[in-house]
Amino acid sequence: MTIGLDHYLIVAAFLFTIGGIGIFLNRRNVIVILMAIELMLLAVNINFVAFSQYLGDLVGQIFTLFILTVAAAESAIGLAILVVYFRNRGDIEVDDITLMKG
Amino acid sequence: MIDTTAILFYVFSGILLGSAMMVVTARNTVHSVLFLILAFFNAAGLFVLAQAEFLAMILVIVYVGAVAVLFLFVVMMLDVQLSQLRRSAKGYTLIGSLVGSVLAIELIFLMLNWKISSNAPDLTTTPLSLYQGMSNTEALGNLLYTHYALAFQGAGLILLIAMIGAIALTLRHREGVRKQIVGDQLSRQAKESLRLVDIPSRSGT
Repeated sequence: MTIGLDHYLIVAAFLFTIGGIGIFLNRRNVIVILMAIELMLLAVNINFVAFSQYLGDLVGQIFTLFILTVAAAESAIGLAILVVYFRNRGDIEVDDITLMKG
Repeated sequence: MIDTTAILFYVFSGILLGSAMMVVTARNTVHSVLFLILAFFNAAGLFVLAQAEFLAMILVIVYVGAVAVLFLFVVMMLDVQLSQLRRSAKGYTLIGSLVGSVLAIELIFLMLNWKISSNAPDLTTTPLSLYQGMSNTEALGNLLYTHYALAFQGAGLILLIAMIGAIALTLRHREGVRKQIVGDQLSRQAKESLRLVDIPSRSGT
């Protein structure tokens, strides 16, 4: 029994779903929301790598590299914003972040 | 007879999904970060199985070494009341599981009903056959520094902007901290700091 493209895609689909559920389950905790977003990006990366290997095209891995870059930048900025918010307010209650009334 | 690759795949993906589940359900945020690190290690294992060795190493270095440790720093630095965060999370469980199950069902339907077009291999821009005899790292480098050089520079620029942004956001000037002010030191004159006292002989000061 060999491991094909479908196996990778199903694992990535479940990982993406877990990340999506995690955003709902942890609505009050921004740090876990950021981690759930990282999980979803990881699922996308697994899809890219699996397709890259299956189709024999290296561009999927290049794209994964760029996704990694953007994800790292995103989490750095997100955590910096979180630190500044905590410094000003003393907590990180997401429901209270309505200053801009968006 | 199941070969080693299949066993490794199921072990890696099982631990990956289990630890991802623990990331989103753990009560303690520090435990969430530690499970996130475990998930990244297992995803790196999956990448190795898919013959993307360079990306597996990058995943371990960048995610485990930088991003997860950054999360750990922030979690431990912010003194968050965990019980308060969990207090009213119950209301979202229902809609969360609803949206999650819809998403999962859609994705599984998608997995069951698709096939790759027969001329897809001809449409690849950089087939792996061009890079026979090269390691994964060498092939990626060959591609990244030629066809994707501009995008690579753009990625570097994004990281620079992220670094400057994170520093500019979190830098603060504290009151009451003694610091060196180089301009004041250099512009200081001898007569501001030195006073010559003419002491008469045998009288003392």
